[in-house]
Amino acid sequence: MSRVGTPLSPQRRRFLQDSARAAGGCVAAGSLLAWLARDARALPAEALRPPGALPEKDFLSACIRCGLCVRECPYDTLKLAELGVDAVATGTPYFTAREVPCEMCDDIPCVAACPTGALDPGLDNIDDAKMGVAVLVDQENCLNFLGLRCDVCYRVCPVIDEAITLETEHNARSGSHAIFIPTVHADHCTGCGVCEKSCVLPEAAIKVLPIRLARGSSADHYLKGWEEKEAKGAPVVEGIIDLPDRLPGPGTDNLVAPGGFEPSFKLPEVTQ
Amino acid sequence: MTARTHMPLGQEAIAAKGWLGAHKYLLLRRASQLFFLVLFLLGPWFGIWIVQGTLAGSLTLGLLPLTDPFVFLQSLIAGHWPELTGAIGAAIVLVAYALIGGRVYCSWVCPINPVTDSAHWLHRKLGLQKGWQPKRGTRLWIMVTVLIVSGLTGAIAWELVNPITMLHRGLIFGMGFVWAMVAAIFLFDLLVSRHGWCGHVCPVGAFYGLIGSKAMLRVSAANRSACDDCMDCYAVCPENHVISPALKGKDTPLILSPDCTNCGRCIDICAEDVFKFTHRFDALTVAPPESTAAPQPRASRPF
Repeated sequence: MSRVGTPLSPQRRRFLQDSARAAGGCVAAGSLLAWLARDARALPAEALRPPGALPEKDFLSACIRCGLCVRECPYDTLKLAELGVDAVATGTPYFTAREVPCEMCDDIPCVAACPTGALDPGLDNIDDAKMGVAVLVDQENCLNFLGLRCDVCYRVCPVIDEAITLETEHNARSGSHAIFIPTVHADHCTGCGVCEKSCVLPEAAIKVLPIRLARGSSADHYLKGWEEKEAKGAPVVEGIIDLPDRLPGPGTDNLVAPGGFEPSFKLPEVTQ
Repeated sequence: MTARTHMPLGQEAIAAKGWLGAHKYLLLRRASQLFFLVLFLLGPWFGIWIVQGTLAGSLTLGLLPLTDPFVFLQSLIAGHWPELTGAIGAAIVLVAYALIGGRVYCSWVCPINPVTDSAHWLHRKLGLQKGWQPKRGTRLWIMVTVLIVSGLTGAIAWELVNPITMLHRGLIFGMGFVWAMVAAIFLFDLLVSRHGWCGHVCPVGAFYGLIGSKAMLRVSAANRSACDDCMDCYAVCPENHVISPALKGKDTPLILSPDCTNCGRCIDICAEDVFKFTHRFDALTVAPPESTAAPQPRASRPF
């Protein structure tokens, strides 16, 4: 309305066109970049981050891919992902347990070297690290599950008897032996991968998996009755009458049991 | 156009100053690029650990932390507040380039520069068309886009594709397919767009240009009255729109555009020694601009 009579300036038109072109190009390029950024979050299950690494999404906002953690690693465990070779976000540090596991240095030099806090400097005890959780993934090939005493994963575990214990069970196959089941306790497992590295099988039967794959989680509202009862020192629900249980034995209609009697009714006969 | 413009590039400069004199800053620049690369490679190749890390972040002599401020800024926008070491490192680099000249990084340090320079050299030898030339503001748009994407995805977005840190990291830690990316940039600059990557696309250069927009080190066309319009400086300059305001303008002879990378090629190539390195407060012209005639610049002008 106000523009009636005033010719639209060609400069203005040009400016708007140029801006629209640039903005359009940026939206296209930006979308591509955003897609790459989301894609980079998909960390392969075999790739483990160094100790103290922030959760993957936060890690990618914090890691500047300088490689200082790699340089400080005395065991050459850590490496930087190479473009197009490793399926890990390019240039970020990771390790593969089956190749070189984390030796869990007491002074955690990789964390100390990180200039940005992508490896959380709050981690001051390597036993608190959570690089992943070991899972005995193949019970059919694990030598201990077959009734043999391999025990290697248990023996090499840096947190032996806490992160991995041997639980005995009856060996039903032989009928007279025990099975020593290597059992991982996730609260104590740091995910260092020494067990996976040491497994004597051609393909490890115990593997360190990222926590998201290795663990379930308990619902917040779940309470364990026996724990509640113990904490209270009394039954959780009050006023319960404990009735006597009906057991097989004298006084029942179970004919097999000593003292059993005929039931008061008869089942219909089966006609041939 | 003068007959001089048809002479082979740099011929007059070589005749006037000798080959070395006509390539002084080019050689110095290559030496500087090599120096910074070798500094990082001494450790992994020869076990002499002076500098650890890469251009994205490094530690010199176990004491001096340096962080790329553009990576640092993306990290901030992505929602991570870095530890003090990283912040100090970014501040040091930021202040250094803000003082010396932001895009000094581009021409004296960046490992991609030799790649695009050689693409340009071949481009000129083959006499190719300049090709697609996006607007000057494109790289600023890309820089802003990168920052927005960092904020939206919560990742340091440009490091997913940044050929500078990828090539540098590739040389130090292992290449992977980075060579393909470098080849792609070479071909882009050679066949698609002259000075395309460094001059129009790279948001890192745009960022360093911004932080160095008030920097001290400047090239000045101090002796511009001696200019004989041979156009060689325009031919070699990777950002040749920065020359005219200083060389042909009536105001200051200082090249004040933040796009100037301080590469010094204009100084090398000029047989008349029009250009020199100076500081931004040096507004002095050597000869009075109008009174003395330039040495017959248009004498051979064809009619």
